[in-house]
Amino acid sequence: MDDKVFKKITELLVNKKGINKELIQIDSSFDDLGLDSLDSIELIADLEDEFNVNIPNTELQGIKTIRQAVDRLSKAMQ
Amino acid sequence: MQNRRVVVTGTGIVSAIGMNSSDFWNSIIECRPGIGPYDSAFADQIRFKNGADIKNFDASDIISKDDRDLMDRFTQLAVVAAKEAVAQAGISFNDDNAYQTAMVCGTSIGGVHAQEQTYFDLYRENKTRVHPLSIPKTMPNGAASNISMQMGIKGPVYAISTACASSNHAIGNAFWLIRNGVCNQAICGGSETPFTYTFLKAWEAIRVVAPDTCRPFSKNRQGMILGEGSGMLVLELLDAAKKRGANILGEIVGFGMTSDASHITKPDQKGAEQAMMTALRDGSINTSQIGYINAHGTGTLVNDTMEVAAVKNVFGDHAQDLSISSTKSLHGHALGATSSFEAIATIMALKNGILPPTANFQERDETCDIDIVPNASKEKNIQYAISNAFAFGGLNAVLAFKKWEG
Repeated sequence: MDDKVFKKITELLVNKKGINKELIQIDSSFDDLGLDSLDSIELIADLEDEFNVNIPNTELQGIKTIRQAVDRLSKAMQ
Repeated sequence: MQNRRVVVTGTGIVSAIGMNSSDFWNSIIECRPGIGPYDSAFADQIRFKNGADIKNFDASDIISKDDRDLMDRFTQLAVVAAKEAVAQAGISFNDDNAYQTAMVCGTSIGGVHAQEQTYFDLYRENKTRVHPLSIPKTMPNGAASNISMQMGIKGPVYAISTACASSNHAIGNAFWLIRNGVCNQAICGGSETPFTYTFLKAWEAIRVVAPDTCRPFSKNRQGMILGEGSGMLVLELLDAAKKRGANILGEIVGFGMTSDASHITKPDQKGAEQAMMTALRDGSINTSQIGYINAHGTGTLVNDTMEVAAVKNVFGDHAQDLSISSTKSLHGHALGATSSFEAIATIMALKNGILPPTANFQERDETCDIDIVPNASKEKNIQYAISNAFAFGGLNAVLAFKKWEG
């Protein structure tokens, strides 16, 4: 499940944000990748749509790395 | 132009916590929020369920059917609020003063209900045309124009759209128009009616609306609550107001505006600081004279922390002596109209010597460690106050007010 989420995150960041695939690592922070708060909201929204889950607004501020996004989405999908 | 002092002689409000200025103020000082489940046929499709909407609004006693047919909801609210303000001021407009009177109305989105109807008709109902009055109803200057038409105001009349700072910009503009000799009186304020399906969905998407309520400055705050309504003020040249024996509610003494030039949604502390300092400078006020700040205080983690940090930087040690509260905790965040509510609340606070509370406060946040007047209004006689508005797009507008003592 983690792989599936990571793969989708990578696809979204490459296609929508034009980020080089090689730069997207599991331990990358959003800051590292040049993503601001709005980019983060957009990413999470796309992931919610893709995997049909809801992440509460209060948790969005705590998702600042790829790993945190993967973990949170995977948890929501269980 | 320092001898052209500008005073407030009338207020009008339509809001979730009062359909007139008196009821609005009573709700404020009794700390009675107007936040709860909003009325919408689409509420089950929106993640957040609460708002500060106006229930059962009916302007048929105040505006004729023919006139209402030209008006979106936001315009009807504005006209009702303007009529209350003008009636309270005891002022009328005629050939002698019509061209020396301004009307400036703030709104972030204007006639969104009428706009929504056009989408519904075309995309959902597959109609081939929309209502012929869609343009006059949706245009953001609809409220300003209709107030001009209803009242016979023929001087500078326009709308200002600066998101959540629209009303402060509108009031500030009207203040400067009078102070600078362009006109002698003005109606000013704002109106907003955001409770439509598409607009609620847009707010859902930007993830800043709280699931429960608005708790500005509280550690467990979860965001803003949308509100709707209109607030209007009558401003007059002091000399003219005194000459006709007007009941003066307060004085506007300063206006400051800045742009963050930083981020499209995240506020910048420096921009907020400069807006406050500019308002104080415009009013020739020292920081030590300010006793109360009506905060922008949306209840988001980002804004409230930033705002308190900005206040501390501007006011230094005096920040611990003044009080700051967010009345959005009571009337909600009515976007382009909200700072008109806050201007009126601030004027009433100065006039009555009672500081509005920050409602729904539960838990102290170390980043907001100044007096935020939690959960109950407080008697305190102060001379000067400011009201902050820090909007999306990085647009900041601050008004400075003085207690009227004759």
